[in-house]
Amino acid sequence: MEKKIRVLVAKPGLDGHDRGAKVVARALRDAGMEVIYAGLHQTAEMIVETAIQEDVDVIALSLLSGAHMTLFVDVTKLLKDKNMEDVLVVGGGVIPKEDIPALKKAGIAGVFGPGTPTDDIVDFIKKNVKK
Amino acid sequence: MNDIASKVLKGDPRSIARLITLAENSSHEAVSAMKDIHSHTGNAYVIGVTGVMGSGKSTLISELTHEYRKQGLEVGIIAIDPTSPFSGGALLGDRVRMMELALDEGVFIRSMGTRGMLGGLTSAVYDAVEILDASGKDVVIVETVGVGQAEVDVIKIADTTLVILVPGLGDSIQAIKAGIMEIADIYVVNKADKPGVDQTVAEIESLVNIECSNMGRKTPILTTSAKESKGIVELTQEIKKHKEYLEKGNEFEVQRRKRYEAELIEIIRKRLMNFIFDESTFKGKVETLIDQIGKKEVDPYTAADEILGKILK
Repeated sequence: MEKKIRVLVAKPGLDGHDRGAKVVARALRDAGMEVIYAGLHQTAEMIVETAIQEDVDVIALSLLSGAHMTLFVDVTKLLKDKNMEDVLVVGGGVIPKEDIPALKKAGIAGVFGPGTPTDDIVDFIKKNVKK
Repeated sequence: MNDIASKVLKGDPRSIARLITLAENSSHEAVSAMKDIHSHTGNAYVIGVTGVMGSGKSTLISELTHEYRKQGLEVGIIAIDPTSPFSGGALLGDRVRMMELALDEGVFIRSMGTRGMLGGLTSAVYDAVEILDASGKDVVIVETVGVGQAEVDVIKIADTTLVILVPGLGDSIQAIKAGIMEIADIYVVNKADKPGVDQTVAEIESLVNIECSNMGRKTPILTTSAKESKGIVELTQEIKKHKEYLEKGNEFEVQRRKRYEAELIEIIRKRLMNFIFDESTFKGKVETLIDQIGKKEVDPYTAADEILGKILK
């Protein structure tokens, strides 16, 4: 049987705006991926623990509170600590352009702002998935 | 012993997760590990949880798990959601209701897509149960997809099957009684904080009285409110009673034998189908025969004989 790409979609932090995450989750599903939707208010520890149990290839983070520099980076740091750098991490939300280089340096491989066509995210994941 | 198998036996979460993935993908690596762990299985008690969409299965499982954790038991949860027949993708959202369990080291939650399997389960669920069992979990809870009428496969794998209903189903209880209403070891009327509970219980009761008049055990009906954590302790007690009931006679052996039978059939089915549809020797032949059936050059039965004849000889 062909291997399916498994993606964890999660929202770290405290903002409650999950529409974007749900739109992306559905687009990934329609692209044939298995999407584990963890929902709101996730800590980095919860996200990484879930990623382990669900054996995901990709973590897709969504955040609109402005705390991406802290909360996105917390996730990639923890992944590094646990030797899980083979998990592709992407992020989305209202993220200023000037933050993107630092996020990429911190291990967020793809950053997608408002208005990104969902196909772009699908293509990026398919091209960059590491496992 | 296989490296991943020995790590699973030690309870290593990453190896448990990996082996479930390998089994889901029918990988050859999984087969040797599954062979290694089988002799270490059989200790976990398996609870199947089924019921209509939106009946609160995931929330109830979360509450049930909290209760088992208080008793010091380790819990494995397999939550199954449907795979799209069109894209092959799936949105697995049961974890949302189990968020509080995410950081508990005594709990392992795995979401699985049905991947084309009907009946409310997924093909690799037998493997997943064996893996969690072998890893030392005391209780393994299997949550089926939200079922309609005939998705009753959960009874093949569970020692105790819970059928979750909600108040206000009214006549639809009558409508579903030929399917899932026959498989319960325990009925649970969840969302008991909503009106109409008594009527729902009464309707199930009349059904139980008709069906169980000549059997030794009357199927209990419990009311719970998972949202308000009510009725959960009583539910664990009722599950325990059912376990004791099974163990008193030889029913427990019968039940387990059913699971191994279903597991064996599933492995054979999967291997046979993979052999016919994946192996290069057959693939071209199958495609040609499908075309010929369409053109009326051959009928479907003769085509099946042509494929099966080669294997069964």
